[in-house]
Amino acid sequence: MKPEELLAMADKTSSDLDRYEHRIHVCTESGCISVQSDVLLKNIGEEVKRRNNQDKVCVKGVGCMGLCCNGPLVRVDDVMYQFVKPEHAGVIVESLSAQPIQELLCDTGQPFFARQKLVVRDNSGRVDPESLVDCVAHGAYQALLKVLTTMTPQQVIQEISDSGLRGRGGAGFPTGLKWSMVAKTGGRDKYLICNGDEGDPGAFMDRSVMEGDPHRVLEGMAIAAYAVGAENGVIYVRAEYPLAVKRLTKAINMARRHELLGPNIFGTNFNFNIELRLGAGAFVCGEETALIASVEGKRGVPRPRPPYPANYGLFGCPTLINNVETYANVAPIINKGAAWFAQIGTEKSKGTKIFALTGKIRNTGLIEVPMGIPLRDIIYDIAGGIPDGKAFKAVQTGGPSGGCIPAELLDITVDYESLAKAGSIMGSGGMIVMDETSNMADVARFFMEFCMTESCGKCIPCRVGTYEMHELLDRICEKRGTPEDLQLLKDLCDMVKQTSLCGLGQSAPNPVLSTLRYFEQEYQNLIAEAQAARGQVTQAITGEHIELEVLP
Amino acid sequence: MSAVTSTTQSITLTIDDKAISCRSGETILQVARENNIDIPTLCYLEGLTVWGGCRLCMVEIAASPKLHAACATECTEGMTVRTTSPRLKQYRKMIVEMLFAERNHVCSVCVSNGHCELQNMATKLEIDHVRFPYRFPRMEVDNSHDYMRLDQNRCILCARCVRVCGEIEGAHTKDVKGRGVLSAIIHDLDEPWGDSQTCTGCGKCVNVCPTGALTHRGTAVGEMTKKTEFLPYLTLMREVKL
Repeated sequence: MKPEELLAMADKTSSDLDRYEHRIHVCTESGCISVQSDVLLKNIGEEVKRRNNQDKVCVKGVGCMGLCCNGPLVRVDDVMYQFVKPEHAGVIVESLSAQPIQELLCDTGQPFFARQKLVVRDNSGRVDPESLVDCVAHGAYQALLKVLTTMTPQQVIQEISDSGLRGRGGAGFPTGLKWSMVAKTGGRDKYLICNGDEGDPGAFMDRSVMEGDPHRVLEGMAIAAYAVGAENGVIYVRAEYPLAVKRLTKAINMARRHELLGPNIFGTNFNFNIELRLGAGAFVCGEETALIASVEGKRGVPRPRPPYPANYGLFGCPTLINNVETYANVAPIINKGAAWFAQIGTEKSKGTKIFALTGKIRNTGLIEVPMGIPLRDIIYDIAGGIPDGKAFKAVQTGGPSGGCIPAELLDITVDYESLAKAGSIMGSGGMIVMDETSNMADVARFFMEFCMTESCGKCIPCRVGTYEMHELLDRICEKRGTPEDLQLLKDLCDMVKQTSLCGLGQSAPNPVLSTLRYFEQEYQNLIAEAQAARGQVTQAITGEHIELEVLP
Repeated sequence: MSAVTSTTQSITLTIDDKAISCRSGETILQVARENNIDIPTLCYLEGLTVWGGCRLCMVEIAASPKLHAACATECTEGMTVRTTSPRLKQYRKMIVEMLFAERNHVCSVCVSNGHCELQNMATKLEIDHVRFPYRFPRMEVDNSHDYMRLDQNRCILCARCVRVCGEIEGAHTKDVKGRGVLSAIIHDLDEPWGDSQTCTGCGKCVNVCPTGALTHRGTAVGEMTKKTEFLPYLTLMREVKL
């Protein structure tokens, strides 16, 4: 595609869209499809056709609008409807020429929407992810055009560095620095990998980005490839995300057909191709060296670093590996400038972050908020607080590698540094909220079970350590534990953290450590109950009075 | 993994208060062993690629908050390494204890009794009991091969056999299946060893196995001794050819 063709396509499609009198956007992401939004979309289309209105009403399936718990969500011009059922199609089309339907109305002025800041998810809910022309009409590939025609690779890296963007996969490594490391390496062959192996329990941010705006990811990858000098890219996405796989495949094929991927993009000498690789469902394959091994067709196990992928990655070549959300941040930075991006967020954590809110919370769904927002605002304003009059107990961030943040720390800000200080991590963006009925030792056991079953088995501390920690947690939770078990658990946490081979093992003890840090009394209580029960049993057998001085 | 650099430089470093010089590209473990400093290992074997799985060779490096695997860390100029400390001793002990708790290691009925690297390691680290709950898993014994045997009960998953089979013999008969504690050594696509079409019967896996997991049939308790000298010899011959 020539540059002028892209602009012409954008102009034509925009003016086509402007001719419609009404727009009906139906969410067609996994969450809403699970409550039949696909049927709803079809029904609305048929209703419009039956009234012979297809020239006046634009009906399209779009990406996630955030409030997943109230789905399916439908946006009709300026109003939003929630809990829409397929049989509502008729009344919705009917209402176009009348008043909005009161009983379905969703207040878009509520804090859930008002407090968000959309950068990555800007186009999610506005564009049809399965249509390239629709995405182009909403600005897709403009940043790539700008980069290829007016910027040098060094300028692109400088722009990303200036923006202060940090890796959104969890560790928060400065993206610009990573890019410059790969750009500096010699050699002809370099690879680019997009890590879409999102595996944390309760996290679905990357899935939403891939399902809702796949071209944003492809564009970010192409810009990164130009910056570091790579010609081949791989998107590694888990096979458990069939819709994301379908939409990415379609997006890649359409981009290829319109020569937005392939040789001589926009008539320049820049070539770039993207290939899709499906993960077979291993959490450890989110770790970069394990992911690379998996793409190479080997068993997905990590290897010791260094050498880092920037020097020795896919097939031994220098490889740039970033998370889906990181790539999705690239196009807005190029379009609006590093300075614009850097003014969002805090001193050290710039931009926005997408979180998946789950657990004991009113508004379950996806949010994108500026870095540095107080945790309290997320829980009570955006998420609407705890339902059924229960009290907030803790929020688990960062998945099985993260930790639990208790109520007394609700006023910390959400950024890489302060979450780490609180004993948790930013992680990829899962937030699981727990109320007073949750048992924290049980929470730790749940995450440890996850780590145990997902450990690859290569290194002993993680393979056996997670098993033993789970065994000890099981004893404590089932009221069979002893004070020695608790001490052994603490020793194990320390050893596994210090000696494991990769991030999975090194961070596996985090849920235990953070719950011990803030809720050790709950562990102590469970052990005391176990002790008391044992004392009673012994007393019944021997018939003697037993001193219960073992109790703390 | 260590790339062969055309320009070899001399490096000086300190290991356990001893000033040592070595060539660039050498790992801490190699240099330590050349200088008679003992760092315990179970998965490492000279002549095979670095695995980094047993984590027994973790050492402390000055000014680094993390521990480093000596087998996978290259020496750098001015590095100060400590190969033993109360903390490291404790971790190593726990790792070996965990291996004993993981599967069914019963020395008294093991053909490798007295010649077992795991047993020797336990002695060296002064292990007198295991604090962790034993798993007592039900494991298979593969008796299908004519003259070799795989007893999963005694396997520590060091993957030496997998590596020697793929890297030295070039057969890649052996690999690992499963995850976590359920991982196990398999032949081809998890077939009985005796049915394997790719196994050449060379017996290298038996000789590199540190425990009694891979043995020659017909050996009784304590009779199985391993010969690993062939590996450095083969590596040396390859280098000479280059």
